[in-house]
Amino acid sequence: MIDQDVLERVLATALHSGGEFAEVYAEDKQSTTAGLDDGRVEQMTSGRDRGAGIRVVRGDTTGFAYTADLSETGLRAAAQAAGSAAAQGGGGTRTVGLTRQAPHQVNTIEIYPGTVGKATKVAMLQRADEAARSSGAAIAQVSAGYGDSRKRIIVANSDGLLAEDEQVRHNFRISVVANGDAGMQTGFESLGATIGFELFAANDIEELARTAARQAITKLRARPAPSGSVPVVIKAGSGGVLFHEACGHGLEADLIAKSSSVYRGKVGQQVASPLVTLVDDGTMAGEWGAIGIDDEGHPSQYNELIKDGVLTDYMWDHLRARKEGHAHSGNGRRQSYMHLPMVRMTNTYVLNGTEDPEDIIRDTQNGVYVAKLGGGSVNTASGDFVFGMTEAYLIENGEITEPLREGNLIGNGPQVLLDIEALGNDFAMGNPGTCGKDGQGVPVGDGQPTLRVKTMTIGGTAA
Amino acid sequence: MSTKTSAATSTELQDIADRVIAQAGNGEQIEAYVSRGQQTDIRIYEGEVEHFVSAQSEGIGIRVINDGRTGFAYAGTLDEGAVASVLAEARDNVAFGTPDKWAGLAEPDGVAVIEQELWSDALAEYPTEAKIELAKELERLTRAADGRVRVDDSNYSDASGEAAVASTAGIRVSGRENGCFCSVGTLADDGDETQTGFGFAVGRSPHEFDLGKAASEAADRATRLLGATKPPSKKITVVFDPYVTAQFIGILSSALNGENVAKGRSLFANRLGETVASPLFTLIDDPTNPKAYTATDIDGEGLAARRNSLIEAGVLHGFVHSSYSARRAGTKSTGNAVRGGFKGTPGVGCLAMQLQPGSRSQAELISDVADGVLIQSVQGMHSGVNPISGDFSTGASGLLISNGQLGRPVREFTIASTLQRMLQDIVEIGGDVDWLPMRAAGVSLVIDDVTMSGA
Repeated sequence: MIDQDVLERVLATALHSGGEFAEVYAEDKQSTTAGLDDGRVEQMTSGRDRGAGIRVVRGDTTGFAYTADLSETGLRAAAQAAGSAAAQGGGGTRTVGLTRQAPHQVNTIEIYPGTVGKATKVAMLQRADEAARSSGAAIAQVSAGYGDSRKRIIVANSDGLLAEDEQVRHNFRISVVANGDAGMQTGFESLGATIGFELFAANDIEELARTAARQAITKLRARPAPSGSVPVVIKAGSGGVLFHEACGHGLEADLIAKSSSVYRGKVGQQVASPLVTLVDDGTMAGEWGAIGIDDEGHPSQYNELIKDGVLTDYMWDHLRARKEGHAHSGNGRRQSYMHLPMVRMTNTYVLNGTEDPEDIIRDTQNGVYVAKLGGGSVNTASGDFVFGMTEAYLIENGEITEPLREGNLIGNGPQVLLDIEALGNDFAMGNPGTCGKDGQGVPVGDGQPTLRVKTMTIGGTAA
Repeated sequence: MSTKTSAATSTELQDIADRVIAQAGNGEQIEAYVSRGQQTDIRIYEGEVEHFVSAQSEGIGIRVINDGRTGFAYAGTLDEGAVASVLAEARDNVAFGTPDKWAGLAEPDGVAVIEQELWSDALAEYPTEAKIELAKELERLTRAADGRVRVDDSNYSDASGEAAVASTAGIRVSGRENGCFCSVGTLADDGDETQTGFGFAVGRSPHEFDLGKAASEAADRATRLLGATKPPSKKITVVFDPYVTAQFIGILSSALNGENVAKGRSLFANRLGETVASPLFTLIDDPTNPKAYTATDIDGEGLAARRNSLIEAGVLHGFVHSSYSARRAGTKSTGNAVRGGFKGTPGVGCLAMQLQPGSRSQAELISDVADGVLIQSVQGMHSGVNPISGDFSTGASGLLISNGQLGRPVREFTIASTLQRMLQDIVEIGGDVDWLPMRAAGVSLVIDDVTMSGA
């Protein structure tokens, strides 16, 4: 994408106005998306995004500029802009010698998206549409989407680092509307991985479509969710977002540094039930949040955050690690070359417990069983979070009974972590997610075994 | 996009778009959308610049339609070779679309454009140093507003952009627009407890900023929740702050979208002419009102933006349409095509919604509430509200209301009902219109019979 000697000269230009640290991040991304709605393939889209973001750090100030022009002239202009953004005036000459890092390969790609015909991609949409529609007469509408991307990144910085990575992702989503006497209900399923087109050999798109259809049809007979605090059992692989929101964000070192996290100063303390061991793992091969290197050029890692309920460490990016003298954790990520990197999660999950999931349900006298959680959000300072239950059932006398209509679950992160009173032995990863922070979205994964929280507030309408 | 063209800048983009559509073959429809933008983002933390972002971007999106099939491609560059390959890719993609008899581009409809002032020379000429100073000043004012308040970050942002669209159906418009805002995030501490708040100032130029108001609101939002507790679960009357009402109205945009209606994805489908809300409820979409933050003169397909009536005295009066959804519904475009930039094709959406206000202040509305809660903020509107089924459930915080008096602060609870019921259960609309930086204006709103879930 860019020659090593060009990168060295661009970094020297970036440092010319007196910065202490400079970095070039360049990417070249090709993507394909195709959408089906209302029985028609509405449109196939091809996209090309290519450019570089350059940052210069001087003291506590970061200057940043980006450009779609990857020529040496374009890059040096951006480097100058970033340098003067970091500091007015100053001066000095520094040269940079780059050392290419050994590749850190996490994901294996068998079939590149460019080698698969567009007709093959589109045909999957039609198969999914037919499978969903044949699931029942109540299915009134179906939309489906296919996406692939191939992104090459190169990172070079004034510490001499030069690293490259290639990230290939494939995803598929399907949403279904079912129509019944009491109105409409919806179902949604998705699939995504950081691997090649072989994803679709290992996963049955039609089964995914039928699952989404069943969800919508089941909810047609759903009753209003309860209102108030009840025990909640969360199915394996459907509640990782709980940990992403309830504590993951609060363990990001940039929020810790500004004292805007409830977990500040709590390393070594009991912050969760002793059943809980939480990790963030960028090396989990093929998962949606798996990366060879982070967007600052550091190899991804397996990072233990909470061990047997005790907080062991936070997640770090380059700036925070440099300032605190801490090792990198491979969590410096950005949405694209147009964005500054910051501390972000990769694949965040809770390790297996020992209980049989059937027993966890049986031991719950009355409560709610959540089979699928939707999106959520958290206030990291207070710890308050919410997320949507998109598929849930009542538990009555230790058995799963009636389906429930949609509603929000609400809780306080630190409290919920302490209130986890049962953990299953059936670990599963969940659906691919996009984590939003400060206006940037990055792909993340999450997972957990079946678990029970002593009590959470369900935002339904039934007494 | 504005029609207020600037000869110096927009000709180049219009020329690129013109050159693309000139290559249309027999029976081929082409639309080219070309844009270029600049942005500045400044973040201040503890009196110092934490980051300063200064950047430019550009790109082109090309839509090709042939025999009812649509193909699309884009690239984030205006390099001549790249533009040629975008056109080739879009043409290649056509073959994989399903024929759709309603597919097509917008045609000029003769509706006159009501010009808006979307470009400010005062902003374009505003010096960089002064922008940094504004964000520093906002941080200082916020700290000074309350001793319990820390500032998480104080920001200044501006953006300017120009765009041109040309199509073989006869659309040819270009324009430019700029805007700026300041925002501040706050933290308030009391012992172990920390609560957060925010404030913002918007304007066509920094000269219109009210930083003092932004600072005091940010301090107030964070401190008012200190000591808040979880309320009991019960049916209750809610009073929405204008900021919450604007979010509530924004959800209705999806149900009033003509494409969602045609595809059976709206709770308002097949209900035109029926009573869907309280008689107090009159809703319009009017991007031609210059007071609206999202006021505009041209929609995403290049047609004139216009005033549309959606719900009149509780009766469903109309939907918003792009040229595509209008063809499907057998009607005309309402000038509501929306485009998120060069990376996508136009969809449908409301542009600037406004609820017809009542006459009383928020305090007067509250004085009539026997048992209720003033909802000052909501959390999880995107995860707990389904605009297709109408199920509504969201996290909330605010102040309890008892016998017309505001009481203690409450948090970590939800409010739930259905959109259908809430529209019918509206008791009163306030007179306190606030033109927020959102797609809907805010106003206080009282709704009965909502379930509050807490302890």
